[in-house]
Amino acid sequence: MQLIHCPWCGPREEVEFHYGGQAHIAYPEYPSALSDESWAHYVFFRDNTKGEFAERWSHSSGCRRWFNAVRDTRTYTFLKTYKIGEVAQ
Amino acid sequence: MARTLQRSHPLQSYESAFAALPEGISVKAEPYLSMTDLRLPEDVDGPLGKALPREPGGWVSTADGLIVWLGPDEWLVLSGSRGPGELEADLRDLARPNQGSAVDVSAQRISLRVRGRHARDLLSGGCSIDLHPSVFQNGRSAQTTLGLTGVVLLALGADGDDFRILVRSSFAGYLAEWLVDAATEYR
Ligand SMILES: [Zn+2]
Repeated sequence: MQLIHCPWCGPREEVEFHYGGQAHIAYPEYPSALSDESWAHYVFFRDNTKGEFAERWSHSSGCRRWFNAVRDTRTYTFLKTYKIGEVAQ
Repeated sequence: MARTLQRSHPLQSYESAFAALPEGISVKAEPYLSMTDLRLPEDVDGPLGKALPREPGGWVSTADGLIVWLGPDEWLVLSGSRGPGELEADLRDLARPNQGSAVDVSAQRISLRVRGRHARDLLSGGCSIDLHPSVFQNGRSAQTTLGLTGVVLLALGADGDDFRILVRSSFAGYLAEWLVDAATEYR
């Protein structure tokens, strides 16, 4: 089974984690100023990258913290994981 | 006549099964402990901050129990002598000036003690954490899965033959069944 490196707990089995979609999507600064279409884009539209993709993951069976990961969507390889607020090195 | 609910332990009915476990494995349901979930900012300082284990996967013993690291800003505080309400109130007084919170979670988990020279092999059969005493000894803990249930696993002692398992009360029966079944191969 693939191991995912939790930034706090270290390497743990994949089944302990939960996927949380694309990372680094900024909340609109003035949501009320958005048109319905732009709001729908913010809420529902995500990239479908082939290759390196920044994602949110949660260590749901462990420390239950959210963190970010860069994963290669072609090979499922985790290239790096980093804490919320940090920048991928 | 009024009927009073009798306080019972979820693993009361497993006492005889635990007593019949093979030599080298001992499983005991421990008496109820008061537990409070403590949330504090990561950078909390002062006497409270110093008393908390700061390293991921650490636990420390206290005068009347222990404190387990659950996350960078979350700890589980256990007490054998203070009642649930008392423990929660004590910690709330400490948490409040630090913008933290303290919530009684005593009813959430029960504690099991697994000991013996086969204890590590037994648990390794359902747990992916490296339990070897060179990396998982007294003072280390892990939130992970054992069998199909989530547990907080604590290492006691330096020899890898003494563990405490905190498991949700509603999964305690499942875990007891799992332990008894997994122990048959050491008979
Ligand atoms: Zn973790």
